[in-house]
Amino acid sequence: MTAAREEILARIRGALGPNRPLPGPLHEPGGVDVDTDRSRLVERFAERVADYRATVVAVTAADVGVAVADACARAGVRRLGVPDGLDGASLPDGLSVGGDPNAAGIIAVPARPGTRADALAFTELDALVARTPLAIAETGTIIFDGGPGQGPRAASLLPDVLIAIVPASVIVGGVEEATTRMGAIVRESARPLTLVSGPSATSDIELDRVEGVHGPRVLDVVIVTADHR
Amino acid sequence: MSRLAVDHHAGAFTKNARIDLRDTQQRQNLRKATTTIRAKREAVVAEVEDWEELRERGRQIKAAAMADLDTHLLTLEASVQRAGGVVHWARDAAEANRIVSDLVKAEGSDEVIKVKSMVTDEIGLNDALAAEGIRSHETDLAELIVQLGDDTQSHILVPAIHRNRAEIRELFRAKLPDAGGVSDEPAELAEAARRYLRETFLRVRVGVSGSNFAVAETGTVGVVESEGNGRMCTTLPETLITVMGIEKVLPTFDDLGVMLQLLPRSSTGERMNPYTSLWTGVTEGDGPQNFHLVLVDAGRTDVLADEIGREALHCIRCSACLNVCPVYERAGGKAYGSTYPGPIGAVLAPQLNGMNEGSDLPWASSLCGACYEVCPVKIDIPKLLIHLRSRTIEEQGGPRGEAFAMSVLARTFQHRRRYEVAQKLAAKGSAPLSKDGRIEARLPGPLKGWTAVRDLPAVPQESFRDWWRKERG
Repeated sequence: MTAAREEILARIRGALGPNRPLPGPLHEPGGVDVDTDRSRLVERFAERVADYRATVVAVTAADVGVAVADACARAGVRRLGVPDGLDGASLPDGLSVGGDPNAAGIIAVPARPGTRADALAFTELDALVARTPLAIAETGTIIFDGGPGQGPRAASLLPDVLIAIVPASVIVGGVEEATTRMGAIVRESARPLTLVSGPSATSDIELDRVEGVHGPRVLDVVIVTADHR
Repeated sequence: MSRLAVDHHAGAFTKNARIDLRDTQQRQNLRKATTTIRAKREAVVAEVEDWEELRERGRQIKAAAMADLDTHLLTLEASVQRAGGVVHWARDAAEANRIVSDLVKAEGSDEVIKVKSMVTDEIGLNDALAAEGIRSHETDLAELIVQLGDDTQSHILVPAIHRNRAEIRELFRAKLPDAGGVSDEPAELAEAARRYLRETFLRVRVGVSGSNFAVAETGTVGVVESEGNGRMCTTLPETLITVMGIEKVLPTFDDLGVMLQLLPRSSTGERMNPYTSLWTGVTEGDGPQNFHLVLVDAGRTDVLADEIGREALHCIRCSACLNVCPVYERAGGKAYGSTYPGPIGAVLAPQLNGMNEGSDLPWASSLCGACYEVCPVKIDIPKLLIHLRSRTIEEQGGPRGEAFAMSVLARTFQHRRRYEVAQKLAAKGSAPLSKDGRIEARLPGPLKGWTAVRDLPAVPQESFRDWWRKERG
């Protein structure tokens, strides 16, 4: 293995030669025009997520639990995965992790990091509710970084429904701004990032787009706006 | 010349294209596919405030990556190791395949789940694993279709585009255990695939992936996808093996900000693809606890050695060039005889093979330049095509007739008397072939191919020089 490495490096040095091309100054970031007025960001984010045929609602903090309950009802959710670090107020009424089913018959199951067997058990969940730490308005993207309120990656992958709570304050305008924040997270803790833009899809059959091959087929986004709005 | 002369008129691409042009089902599918994707791409590119600037930044990032490739790869290795991953280096396909199969066997597994990876196709990983008794389950819907049909891929992004829904229905009914009564509705077909693959995802303990990007600075590896099988393969197994061409390294994490704008818009014509996974080494309690990154050369350092040709290594595999190429749209991907078809294939494949095989791929083009216009990282494919044409002729010889004709023309053009005599002869010689100022006949000899599909203007009976002498004395 070391011999292969040395040989490849030697080939590269030989190929580039003694006078390596100077790459030149990199352009300043430009890219997509980003509107930083927060209410416009929320609006843009909501539009773009809806374009992916996800369901989007915007509520104030007091109504998050209701919105999550609605999403569960729409999708017929019985077993709801709840990550550690998710605010109890985000849950439908009468629900507590590991407790009895609530009036609507929903039971809250913990969605925690664990072994591979634990991860595979997430197939028994109908849905995961999670709070995203970052989102991109321009592309309607929600981003998980493996931190609190999200659960491990398998939890947002195996159940058929994903209910994402997105505080308006975590929405940034464009991809590059999001990348700067993601870079900070990775440099600090090397956590895995997952960018989700709509339900899973394929266009492999005659280019007819079909939603939900693997990954959740239902994406519900609950934007939490500040109370004064 | 003693070396074997290359006659690009009789090369593999030309022969295959002639055959594949008759496949009307494929042409229909391709035309629909490429027209649809082109329109989608144009729409989302138009939304970007300064797309041209983004492309230029993309080009610079890739150029910077190549300019110090050795340093970036060493940084990548250190970063991945720091994050709990293991890095392996493979000089060629055989070495890469050996590394992967040894790793799979070390896990005590005889099967792997795979997310689509062009480099693994290039090195023939599936066949190599099969020879070691390891079954490789392709999990992309199109790859599944290709694999079930014992077929080959025809497009970088939608490899089964040459199949229509009825053909896919027949394939699924025959090969998937549960799919007896499935219709040809894409939604039902996708559902059948989902059920079939789900069981596999949950069972298999070793995953194999490729990588769209790997960031040297942080050791972060990225997979950009739509279906979710990439997430399945990179999250559920106990062990993940990522195979990566050395040219995929990016210097810094911030570079992803540019690439993640260029790639989705250029490939599927979306603002963003459904899922992008960016993982760094291993994370306790979440995902594979063993991560191996296999860095593959397999001819890339040969490409790097060509100062002009190395630009082909900038490719981010978006397939925008395929979708806009008039040659690809008609001939289809299989005629290129390479893992990489289309315009980028025509410049990358011959170079990866060390220019050894007398490929006629550099001639599989009308040099219209549409590929260059849509390439998100501004690879000047026409320039590369011409460069590779001249390399091929220099290194392997060209058609002797053509070389002879060129030297005759050179001698003729060097002397005024000879030139004027040649003009008069041409005027007299072409007069019987001309009708209404055009030559429509198919000429014999070296001009046969050209004149079979083109008209030539007739040589005027009075040359400009004669007219000038007459008028202006």
